[in-house]
Amino acid sequence: MASCLRRYGRRLSVSICEKRELSTACEGKVIQQQQQQQQQQTAKLLNLCSAINQALHLALETDPRSYVFGEDVSFGGVFRCTTGLTERFGKNRVFNTPLCEQGIVGFGIGLAAMGNRAIAEIQFADYIYPAFDQIVNEAAKFRYRSGNQYDCGGLTIRAPYGAVGHGGHYHSQSPEAFFCHVPGIKVVIPRSPQQAKGLLLSCIRDPNPVVFFEPKWLYRLAVEEVPEHDYMLPLSEAEVIREGSDITLVGWGAQLSIMEQACTDAEKDGISCELIDLKTLIPWDKETVETSVRKTGRLLISHEAPVTGGFGAEISASIVERCFLRLEAPVARVCGLDTPFPLVFEPFYMPTKNKILDAIKSTVNY
Amino acid sequence: MVLGRAFEDMCAQMYYRGKMFGFVHLYNGQEAVSTGFIKLLKKEDYVVSTYRDHVHALSKGVPARAVMSELFGKTTGCCRGQGGSMHMFSKEHNLLGGFAFIGEGIPVATGAAFTSKYKREVLKEGDSEDVTLAFFGDGTCNNGQFFECLNLAALWKLPIVFVVENNLWAIGMSHLRATSDPEIWKKGPAFGMPGVHVDGMDVLKVREVAKAAIGRARRGEGPTLVECETYRFRGHSLADPDELRDPAEKAHYAARDPIISLKKYIIEKSLASEAELKVIEKKIDEVVEDAVEFANESPLPPRSQLLENVFADPKGFGIGPDGRYRCEDPKFTEGTAHV
Repeated sequence: MASCLRRYGRRLSVSICEKRELSTACEGKVIQQQQQQQQQQTAKLLNLCSAINQALHLALETDPRSYVFGEDVSFGGVFRCTTGLTERFGKNRVFNTPLCEQGIVGFGIGLAAMGNRAIAEIQFADYIYPAFDQIVNEAAKFRYRSGNQYDCGGLTIRAPYGAVGHGGHYHSQSPEAFFCHVPGIKVVIPRSPQQAKGLLLSCIRDPNPVVFFEPKWLYRLAVEEVPEHDYMLPLSEAEVIREGSDITLVGWGAQLSIMEQACTDAEKDGISCELIDLKTLIPWDKETVETSVRKTGRLLISHEAPVTGGFGAEISASIVERCFLRLEAPVARVCGLDTPFPLVFEPFYMPTKNKILDAIKSTVNY
Repeated sequence: MVLGRAFEDMCAQMYYRGKMFGFVHLYNGQEAVSTGFIKLLKKEDYVVSTYRDHVHALSKGVPARAVMSELFGKTTGCCRGQGGSMHMFSKEHNLLGGFAFIGEGIPVATGAAFTSKYKREVLKEGDSEDVTLAFFGDGTCNNGQFFECLNLAALWKLPIVFVVENNLWAIGMSHLRATSDPEIWKKGPAFGMPGVHVDGMDVLKVREVAKAAIGRARRGEGPTLVECETYRFRGHSLADPDELRDPAEKAHYAARDPIISLKKYIIEKSLASEAELKVIEKKIDEVVEDAVEFANESPLPPRSQLLENVFADPKGFGIGPDGRYRCEDPKFTEGTAHV
């Protein structure tokens, strides 16, 4: 499997060199028709880890002072997201670190402060806690406390998060809420391969430190047409991925696919659901969610992390502040339970399609 | 050792049959370290392990049935099915856990060692100190927690032995490429404790060194750092295809298989005959088979167990005001019941 992906990666990288645009593409940029045709022709079916791999290849290609490092990245990483990078860019730019998360992130902050692009990988989001101090106390406050003399904007921390079916306590956690409480960093979570590539490239090139959580469940499962060229998706813009009129659902990452199933089922009962992918958790796009809630009058938020203190609480509070008189039912949160992530009980702990469906119905019939 | 090997092989079989799931890390090849050290301990001594903890649990005396049930996630497992492969705990046998996170167990072991020292010196209970063994790997030796604990243990002269199971690989990262000075035993003297290197594939040599280190701790002379050079025959976990390690290296260590070496030694010194050894092996196979059967037949934990033990008092959390577990409340499945 790994060798197959390595071959694939090399083939893709050759085609990228031949056809890529020179500058980083932004949404509002005018694309020439010829290139557009080429792009449409050169989209390939990729899964999430290959899309991220492509994004990393592009990031390292376009900036000679960018580095990828972390535990086991040089052979491709435990999820094969970094395949082919060491062979192509060399050990000076893609290298393994010893097992010290605090050291990895702190070292990345130092690199970023010197104007490099540091792409640090934390092997599982559950292991990010030793680095929490560096992220919260150093990365988030670097620009602020040096009065804009130094900044660690070049830092991007990638970590696979979320349930995977058999992960247990320490391979399934969703720590995004902890980082959403820190002013100074951005938290981005993609929902699919095509989104992941664009968002990751935006995160790497964003002048602020970013924590990029990748839903590990989707690494192999999600397969989508991903354009081969270099493209970026805007941060802090939520996307309405399904239009509806009765209730707004907000989510991110792997949870969206479950919510989509619930929406389809609710449709059969005559409930029209509007589904929003938040994409960037902080700073989050309040306007899009507010517009949608003003249209539907109901809101449901769903995430895998435990419900108390999860990011759903922030969304709920902000929307109630803004749309109180428009709301027709209390904001519902369908989330993980307030226990450590269980092993055998995982299907019972998770916010499943049925739980979401029940909540949609009870909110609509309030 | 043979029980450990047979057990781990059975684990692999059960994993591929879908009876157990999750991340399972097998100990094949490193049995000499576990046996060499843990068999010298009393029941009151503590052992703190890593995620590769099945054999440490077995050596410490946890019955194979309990370990196998825990792996299957059944109620009869040593942690009632809550922890799984990486989290073997046993109050009865003083096994303070497997830890999924590397290095997290070492400070816990330091705390346990402090307790036994306090019990003996201040509370005057018992006549010798209970020793704590902390097992961890080569990758952990580059982690901050390791160094912090070496300092604490030496500073307070704690009855602890730090056992490094240096199997040269941290998933895919070679120890030699990740460490500035790959000789881990040298880090002991830097903190003021003796550092010893031993061939971890030879159970008798390990036992010699272990006796000295544990004796030192028991007499109150302080900690020791023991580096055991060993090797794991299988991949890092059952999900690891193990393509990175050089086959020549694997063959080199396979030739030094601790079980085969001990067998040869026993037969050469006429301590037992081949037939007697075969009887032992057969008995162990029966034990492992019995463990699997027991685990198969044990019940899965009830849903109420999900909410137990989050806090000390289950009533404030797991049990609702009507006296029933909150997960039995029909609103629970809606996700709208608050816990």
